[in-house]
Amino acid sequence: MSPLPSGGSLRHVNPLRDPQDRRLPNIAGPCGLVIFGVTGDLSRKKVMPAIYDLASRGLLPPGFSLVGFARRDWQDQDFAQIVHDSVKEHARTEFREEVWDQLAEGFRFVSGDFSDDVAFDTLRQTISDLDRVRGTGGNHAFYLSIPPRFFPDVIGQLKEHGLTESGQDSWRRVVVEKPFGSDLRTARELNAIISEVFPPESVFRIDHYLGKETVQNILAMRFANTMFEPIWNANYVDHVQITMAEDIGIGGRAGYYDGIGAARDVIQNHLLQLMALIAMEEPPSFDAQSLRLEKQKVLASVVLPRRLDLTTARGQYVEGWAGGRKVGGYTQEQDIPADSTTETFAAIRLDVETRRWAGVPFYLRHGKRLGRRVTEVAVVFKRAPHLPFTDTATEELTQNALVIRVQPDEGVTLRFGSKVPGGSMEIRDVNMDFAYGGSFTESSPEAYERLILDVLLGDPPLFPQHEEVELSWKILDPIVEYWAKHGRPDTYPAGTWGPVSAEKMLARDGRTWRRP
Amino acid sequence: MIELLDTTSSAIASEFVRARRNAGSPAMGMIMTLIIVADEESAEEAMRVGRSAAREHPARILGLMLNSPRGQSRVDAQVGIGSGISGERALIQLTGEVVRHPESVVLPLLLPDSPVVIWWCGTAPPEPHADPLGALATRRITDAASVSTSKGRAMLKQCSSYAPGNTDLAWTRITGWRGLLAAALDQHPGKVLSATVAAERISPSADLLSAWLADRLKVDVTRKSSGGPGITDVVLNTKQGDISLVRYDGKLATLSTPGEPDRPVALRRRNLDELLSEELRRLDPDDVYAATARSMVKLAAKKPDMKPAKKSARPARKGA
Repeated sequence: MSPLPSGGSLRHVNPLRDPQDRRLPNIAGPCGLVIFGVTGDLSRKKVMPAIYDLASRGLLPPGFSLVGFARRDWQDQDFAQIVHDSVKEHARTEFREEVWDQLAEGFRFVSGDFSDDVAFDTLRQTISDLDRVRGTGGNHAFYLSIPPRFFPDVIGQLKEHGLTESGQDSWRRVVVEKPFGSDLRTARELNAIISEVFPPESVFRIDHYLGKETVQNILAMRFANTMFEPIWNANYVDHVQITMAEDIGIGGRAGYYDGIGAARDVIQNHLLQLMALIAMEEPPSFDAQSLRLEKQKVLASVVLPRRLDLTTARGQYVEGWAGGRKVGGYTQEQDIPADSTTETFAAIRLDVETRRWAGVPFYLRHGKRLGRRVTEVAVVFKRAPHLPFTDTATEELTQNALVIRVQPDEGVTLRFGSKVPGGSMEIRDVNMDFAYGGSFTESSPEAYERLILDVLLGDPPLFPQHEEVELSWKILDPIVEYWAKHGRPDTYPAGTWGPVSAEKMLARDGRTWRRP
Repeated sequence: MIELLDTTSSAIASEFVRARRNAGSPAMGMIMTLIIVADEESAEEAMRVGRSAAREHPARILGLMLNSPRGQSRVDAQVGIGSGISGERALIQLTGEVVRHPESVVLPLLLPDSPVVIWWCGTAPPEPHADPLGALATRRITDAASVSTSKGRAMLKQCSSYAPGNTDLAWTRITGWRGLLAAALDQHPGKVLSATVAAERISPSADLLSAWLADRLKVDVTRKSSGGPGITDVVLNTKQGDISLVRYDGKLATLSTPGEPDRPVALRRRNLDELLSEELRRLDPDDVYAATARSMVKLAAKKPDMKPAKKSARPARKGA
């Protein structure tokens, strides 16, 4: 994976590189990043701090440049101040003058509208200046941290002003964030706009969950060990629960959230990606192509149950007490219409029609204002076929489970039965915990660091491609359409684990949700 | 911390278990045992560095203070867990005859079936792998720059007694330099004709960097003295011009490459905590360090003033 010179000439072997030399950091080649929508939350809280953290870890090239584009009357130094403030507040690593000095000379700001030809001309000029004075070598990534409705304008402008054409030895890449459309049709439209200008290998779709260490660890756990894979199938697994719960409401996202809802916002991307990683077959290698193929196969094998009324649940939070605080309901949030039918909780059952997973349901749920903030994957195993104990001895024994805790408190829990000390034979569930160390997370990079570095290195395994996005919408579209035609979501008090219908949905299958 | 006076390894081991039970968590998820050999002055700081590294690599840390080997044998220990840090730690003081048999104290305290790392934060034995404590470990970390006199000689000694699993923190200190130089050559694929490394007159890291460049580039590397701090200049001379990386303040470096503007790049001298963390990330033998150590011994053999005390270096070839 050692980066080749941007010329890509295979004849030249860098004598200072050695595959054995795993200490050497993978430093991105000369390049710059252009952010559209610099004033947004995402760029201030995630992208800018991640850039600083990368520089602080010595992974950004000398001369790295950051260009902001927004409709503000700012000078370069005003932009630098914004970045400075965002870094001071949100960066993971300690603020150091020399790291800041490395970045400071490379800040540029271009002021303008997305329809403003002059601004995009200025942008082109700025970029070629940077190539000259900062040695960015014509390599630039465009980070579209803007609502998708602006994509056509921005991408059209980039093309029109010759910003998407890379020279012979350089690259241009585009980074987009979810949502990748709001259904199959819009996803295709969006993709048409992007792919008209950028070839697929230059498009980086950020699903920040895939940048998380714990998610990448799913692959390590499954494929680097012998003891899990033999039981990772319908012979031993009863069902899988994938949960992403948030304790917060929709915050300031009303404009985006209403009309989109929990299923489209989270299940379509994060949860289906997690499910694909859990369910996929072993890829022949961990390059982007092989990994994607396996994930696509899983997504393509997903079938929906016939009765969507019995196998899905949705809800909307109403006023309640969450963690000792009284909070309002969804329709009381600012800018949400009182008759909104948007769901803030969604639970669905999916089946994967492969030999490995035949008859093993995957339950996916996500909601806002739930009991606590947690993301986890629980693989729940079948009961032992025969228990040579009396019923009373195993009364408190449930099913064995392997739980991958994605966040917070990253780690893995294994639940199994154990004898309670004492004269009688009594078996009870116990948990064996692997934690990523108490403070391990301090040193483990943020998802955005990893993903932005991968964009700059041109390393694509962690980015979903358009095929995966399409397949995910194909799974979700029928459910969302069914809901749209069938009344309103159920309600649940804020701070609880969702509507009663979600409990009933599992009860019909003779199962219960874990309390994560 | 619990004080155990005039104690034994098994008492220390039971104190670990007792402390964990008291904390309510019998499992700690530790991945290695880290032995730190320190003297009285450095022990406290070394334990702090060890704890800091344990944030990233949960470990059982066994600090060993070797006092005077004269007199009655006595083992004293301070045992503790928790306080916001994963893992367990014990600072063990040996006095008297037992100082000559520290491995007997450590052996019963090694975590089962997991890697053992030893770090001599001061003067290291001349042959770390043959040392009774060093032999318990699969990774042995020395620090030539921490000895009070003849750091250069200490470095050379470590290089000539290299065994798989050994590394020196002088090597860790140059990872940043090596990364940037390698990245610079990615961009400028021309052949390097010669190289220069300038640093403080005494700098084991600069010696290693020179040896690494000489080994990888197969060119003569000139080692110059400068005012420091640490390494200040590295110049790779290519047909297209010089690639240079200079750092005069120990923090911010400037990269100059042919046909391109000079660019600043952060290249801070890292503290011990970070160095040890980097070492613990790799528990297998460092083959590139091994090659560099060989190169260092070979280069030293050419310079009469740098010959190691023992005759472990190969004799210089004429005209080489």
